[in-house]
Amino acid sequence: MTALSPSAWTTLKLFGGIFGVLALASAIGALLRWRVARGQPHPVLDNLVARVNAWWVMVAVIGLAFAFGRGGVIVLFYLISFYALREFISLAYTRRGDHGAIALAFFVVLPGQYVLIWIDWYGLYSLYIPVYAFLILPILAAVGGDTQRFLERTSKLQWGLMVCVFCISHVPALLMLQIPGFEGRNLLLIAFLVIVVQGSDVLQYVWGKLLGRHKVAPGLSPSKTWEGLVGGVASATALGASLHWATPFNPWQAALMAFVICLMGFFGGLVMSAIKRDRGVKDWGSMIEGHGGMLDRLDSVIFAAPIYFHALRYAWVP
Amino acid sequence: MTPTDSDASGLPHRPARTALRRGLAIAAGQLIIGAAGLLTGVRAIWSGTAPKAEQTLYFANHTSHGDFVLLWATLPPDLRARTRPVAGQDYWEASKLRHFIGHDVFNALMIRRDGTGEGGNPVDQMKAALDGGDSLIMFPEGTRNTGDDVLLPLKSGLFHLARACPRVRLVPVWIENLKRVLPKGVLVPIPLACTVRFGAPLALAEGEDKASFLARARAAMLDLRPEYDRVDPNGRDGAGAAP
Repeated sequence: MTALSPSAWTTLKLFGGIFGVLALASAIGALLRWRVARGQPHPVLDNLVARVNAWWVMVAVIGLAFAFGRGGVIVLFYLISFYALREFISLAYTRRGDHGAIALAFFVVLPGQYVLIWIDWYGLYSLYIPVYAFLILPILAAVGGDTQRFLERTSKLQWGLMVCVFCISHVPALLMLQIPGFEGRNLLLIAFLVIVVQGSDVLQYVWGKLLGRHKVAPGLSPSKTWEGLVGGVASATALGASLHWATPFNPWQAALMAFVICLMGFFGGLVMSAIKRDRGVKDWGSMIEGHGGMLDRLDSVIFAAPIYFHALRYAWVP
Repeated sequence: MTPTDSDASGLPHRPARTALRRGLAIAAGQLIIGAAGLLTGVRAIWSGTAPKAEQTLYFANHTSHGDFVLLWATLPPDLRARTRPVAGQDYWEASKLRHFIGHDVFNALMIRRDGTGEGGNPVDQMKAALDGGDSLIMFPEGTRNTGDDVLLPLKSGLFHLARACPRVRLVPVWIENLKRVLPKGVLVPIPLACTVRFGAPLALAEGEDKASFLARARAAMLDLRPEYDRVDPNGRDGAGAAP
């Protein structure tokens, strides 16, 4: 065993901060339940407490993965992709003839992407799903001979793979970026992304609940308001800037990066809501108490991760 | 465990068997439940009713060999112990392993659809089991639905059982997505989220005839489908799907 490295200390400090925030949230939830709900069931507060409790579990799971290092993080995001894809395909229209293509997606394409991430073959993992899976899966479906709603079926599977596997896999891919002067500290890049994106979601929720009046997209999501959006993005950008000491960024770069992440996250949530509306469901699943499914919690990470990855790769990796 | 013990505990009568075999059956049961949960993330939704320790006949749509496993796995353990799936003898006694799973793990009520079984025709067998105090899982379509229809026409067995055993709760069940997990003739199941929905119990009305009771039972099953699944993509609503 070696003594804790400086980066491990930084990680611990971040987790300490998150624990503090969660403890505060739990305390506020308990206080509100006691003062406002007075022991009676209260849908909004009960959901709030369920959400906070789920956050404790999610933070614990991420912490555990971090403790195992690169392998732990890759396995964690492999599992996240698996559950996300399961939610996506469960709600998509498929037919008997798609069985082979879907099996291939779950048991070959999905693990393959994470193996490529593990061996850090950037050239292939950026093409594997957009090109190779894109071409081969519809071939399998076509050989099945069932042409009913063919384009819809194949594009849904491709979309599922892009969103649930390709995009999400860019989170663990951050670990392999070689940023001069930042060696051995790449877990912090993931921590920054996750804290800013999820912080933005939470802050949008808080601002929206406190001040929200004007809906951004009434047809899509009743909970997204301009007040929530502006307040949430502004405060999450400030949060990102205040975390610059844990990143390779200076405060302005951290703020800009956080701003881009928040915007992509917000629009990601909007797009994923549109898909849900189209299918007539409110949540993707029920895995995470109070939040809905895996995809409900991750929609913003999905859209932010590849952009963040490429911004880092082009501007910070020589 | 002797047969006398099991009678005293209210469990269905079973032949005496070794403790090892019993232990293996319990372990296999847990393994099957675990695997089903891992593959399908199955969850139970009870609407209009709750799991009750009353004698119940669950009737569900049948699209896959895994149907009763999933339904059985989502029952609370105490109800599971007294609930027996109704299963085809020809399939479940075809090998030693199937025999073990069918008899020892699920304690299934084995029927022969052609009526050549020991207990006579399937409805009589089910009636005898219900009279003996068991709860049952049955599939009123009578066969596996492997086509595009949402639900096949219901056979009359359900009606005869409702008339013969008026004290038994008749709970409609809709099993969602399992057909896509393991369609007929494939080797590899795909992991999709499955749901087992239990609805409000149905009772045979005074003087109600067979056709109207079966129509109500059918509607009760179809009504359990989530709203987004009500519109069948093939333009069939299932109601007029009788061949």
